[in-house]
Amino acid sequence: MNTILFEDHPQPLLKRLRWQDWLYAILLCAGALFAYQQYGAYMDAYEKTFLIGAALGFSYLGWQWKPMRLLIPGIAIISLFAIQLYQADLARAEHAFLLKFLISSQSAIMWMNVLFVLAMLTYWFALFRRSEFSGKVATSLTWSAVLMGFVGLMVRWYESYLIAPDVGHIPISNLYEVFVLFCLITALLYLYYERRYETRQLGGFVLLVINAAVGFILWYTFDRQANAIQPLVPALQSYWMKIHVPANFIGYGAFSLAAMVGSAYLLAERGILASRLPKLEVLDDVMYKAIAVGFAFFTIATILGAMWAAEAWGGYWSWDPKETWALIVWLNYAAWLHLRLVKGLRGSMLAWWALVGLLVTSFAFLGVNMFLSGLHSYGTL
Amino acid sequence: MRFAVSLLTVLGIASIIGTVLKQNEPYPNYVIKFGQFWFDLFEKLGLYDVYHSVWFLVILVFLVLSTSLCIYRNSPLMLRELRAYREGATEKSLRAFSHRASYTVAASAEARARIVQFLTQRGFRFKPVQQADGSELIAAKAGSYQRLGYILTHTAIVVICVGGLIDGNVPFKLQELLGYKKVETLDIPENEVPAISRLSVRNLSFRANMTLPEGASSNVSFMRIRDGYLVQELPFRIQLKQFRIEHYATGQPKSFESDLLIIDPDLKEPLAHTISVNHPLIYKGIAIYQSDFQDGGTKLDLNAYGLFGAKDQPIKVQSNIFKNVTLGEGEQALKVEFNDFRLFNILNLSPDGKGKPHNVGPNITYKVRDTQGQAREYVSYMQPLQLDGRRYFVTGMRATPQDELKYLRIPADDDFSLQGFMRLRATMFDPALHEEIARRYTQDAMGDKADAEMRNKFQASVVQLLQGFDAGGYTRVARMIEEAVPEPQREKAAQTYLKIISGATLEAYKLGRERAGLKTGELDTNTQIFLQDSLNAMSDLFFYGAPFYLQLDEFQQRQASGLQLTRSPGKNLVYGGSVLLVLGIFAMIYIRERRIWMLIKPTNEVLFTMSANRKNRDLDMEFEQYREQLRRLLQSE
Repeated sequence: MNTILFEDHPQPLLKRLRWQDWLYAILLCAGALFAYQQYGAYMDAYEKTFLIGAALGFSYLGWQWKPMRLLIPGIAIISLFAIQLYQADLARAEHAFLLKFLISSQSAIMWMNVLFVLAMLTYWFALFRRSEFSGKVATSLTWSAVLMGFVGLMVRWYESYLIAPDVGHIPISNLYEVFVLFCLITALLYLYYERRYETRQLGGFVLLVINAAVGFILWYTFDRQANAIQPLVPALQSYWMKIHVPANFIGYGAFSLAAMVGSAYLLAERGILASRLPKLEVLDDVMYKAIAVGFAFFTIATILGAMWAAEAWGGYWSWDPKETWALIVWLNYAAWLHLRLVKGLRGSMLAWWALVGLLVTSFAFLGVNMFLSGLHSYGTL
Repeated sequence: MRFAVSLLTVLGIASIIGTVLKQNEPYPNYVIKFGQFWFDLFEKLGLYDVYHSVWFLVILVFLVLSTSLCIYRNSPLMLRELRAYREGATEKSLRAFSHRASYTVAASAEARARIVQFLTQRGFRFKPVQQADGSELIAAKAGSYQRLGYILTHTAIVVICVGGLIDGNVPFKLQELLGYKKVETLDIPENEVPAISRLSVRNLSFRANMTLPEGASSNVSFMRIRDGYLVQELPFRIQLKQFRIEHYATGQPKSFESDLLIIDPDLKEPLAHTISVNHPLIYKGIAIYQSDFQDGGTKLDLNAYGLFGAKDQPIKVQSNIFKNVTLGEGEQALKVEFNDFRLFNILNLSPDGKGKPHNVGPNITYKVRDTQGQAREYVSYMQPLQLDGRRYFVTGMRATPQDELKYLRIPADDDFSLQGFMRLRATMFDPALHEEIARRYTQDAMGDKADAEMRNKFQASVVQLLQGFDAGGYTRVARMIEEAVPEPQREKAAQTYLKIISGATLEAYKLGRERAGLKTGELDTNTQIFLQDSLNAMSDLFFYGAPFYLQLDEFQQRQASGLQLTRSPGKNLVYGGSVLLVLGIFAMIYIRERRIWMLIKPTNEVLFTMSANRKNRDLDMEFEQYREQLRRLLQSE
């Protein structure tokens, strides 16, 4: 009896860890310590907290979600390698072979774009041919795209300091950079649910919205040369940006993911692809989980934004169009969750709503910048 | 509940209106945009400041009341649910559950011990109850704190709204409704604003602005409300020592900083502090922000060139920004109002717009107003701008603020000055010189061969053409052609006329230089283009709208810093509410309330049922898992 109880007993996290988990955590902490030893003198209390927090936080994330244990060291190694290749000279991005064709920030982001397109095609191929192997390939392609995208952002961060020390900043400050961030976060959220629910069939749907963003990045790069690194305007020179923007994009990414799952739900409900897609209740559940995560982070992001606004604009709430639309998005998903959790609403109504929610979210994200003017005028098209 | 949702929907729609319609613009802009009828209607609806309109605030208050009522009514129930084990469940009701399983066990005492261990290990708290028929019911629950999520989120909404209402202008709105306060709409000096439009230092919350020129100080700020303002008095005085803008190498602004001095009788000596964007100073509960900047009365030394007379030398004019100067006399008097000076202007002047923007130097903005009160706005650049590879003095003009600026481009001469153009213009526009120009041109064009009569006739028509150009540029010449030449020959005549005018301009150019004691060298392409550009500019002068050209010669910059001052006691409430909100949301989403009932019957049957207040896949999966685990646990030896 005791053996049965013991086997069935849910083990605490620390007891479930294997040597790989510990190795990973030690690696992260060693990296953090090295950074502290090298650059601690230049850090303020906030940056030190973040350094320690990042080591602990990413250790925990890796323990909970095993692929992270490969992704994060992978990003670190390739980015550091790229930085070495630069030899502190920005012009080498055009000369050094590996930089020019693979891991300068521009090239890495282009590779990310290409890999996302390939991943989408492979996911759809796998769906139609019911091919498990192609599905696995698609997953690997998506992971590679995420790897390249993050390498691109990391190297871009370094490049910005090469332009001039006072220009250097985290690459989440303009529309081009946040679109890359959006692709990466949406893909990561999807990969998490893919593993958790074993639903490779949804990849094609989610990659659609990611590839829409990829299309935008390409247009923005080639037509508008928006990939150039610009210095930060005074209003953006704040540590709040580093947490407000990513938190917001976890929200946007999760809402987009939910909308794409919602579209799969609507198709499956009408019998289209129904035999190939996961069961309706699984779709319904993924959609709910995504909106729940998105809502939590969107709330945090909006509150962080309010605290930043209190420091930068003289008031935590100014009814700036972006703020107001954030409130509308928030109310929209609050109502969605309310109806589901309290009234027990399920099914196609919520799927349609999640799709419409994507429109509202896109307007808050892009439309406000395009059509309305206000304090958030950093990301104009 | 329904009421609250309807209110939220109305708020949502109202908020959208507020984002689509630009808020808090000066009222005349709205009149121009919508026309008088719609302007009045929209004003009555409060659409120009939706978020502070009475109806919006009333809805917010109702929302707070309705949500509070909701909390008041439902919390006791929620808390009871949170504590309850629901041990009163009967066997009959348990057997009606969708998630249930039953097992046959060997010994019920042994089974009970195992069940207790099973539940404890999974974090369930339980309460055993003996039933009348000798069986024992173990009622267990986990994740009860989910219920707190409801209370926390709803309380958070109330707390945040109350904080927001305190910091919004509700107190002022009430005072205004009761007639204690009134918005001042007249543009009068601050110390003449009557007490009814002043808010004392005791005012609980405000968000006001202050513009301080360098060196100046003030102890009042202004709150813009609708089409007027209120004066907010401050418990201390602020002096601006210096305002600075730093730039990146690319020319974009890098930082805005103000060196402030806080002068307060409570302080032993004034407090010096530098504020910048994102780094306000908080003193006596009032936060002082770097909000914007403008000119603080830069000193200007200008050259005023007459544009239509025979004089080519400018007169010196001295003024500063925000000071007016009158040029001319009587009916012809024109008032020049200097509005703005900008030291840096980052423009992209490449023809295809793809080149790099760069700094083109200072410019001034001024209005020229006639005796009737009609004004035109001018934006004039101090240094010549490089356009299509050549340098021009550029001034933009518009008759109304809605128009696009139309630019006058005057070619710079070889010394990068205006003088070359002005000399040519003065020669061309001097009626006394028309004869001489025409004579020289005729001499050039005809040589000595033509007879006197032909010569005189030609010379007379050149003079006529010069007079025409003098009176109205190309437009006038075109009219002359229309009047004198029949339709079929007009095109040819126009070409001839243009050729004569440009030929005469060359003579005027030489004549002007001669009179100024300058030599004229070989006529190169550079000079030809200069002459052509000058002709175009001279013709455009007739549309310039002012009889003089103001060129900024020297300046002494004085800046003003725009400060925003806020006191927001509701901020802590809002932040506290935000913490509650996040806790509440996580509790609602990530804590799952589950209940298990284990009924151990004397007949050695064990009934297992499970429920959750939310039916979803998690429950199904967990139930399947527990059912299997319990089967192995209870049916093993």
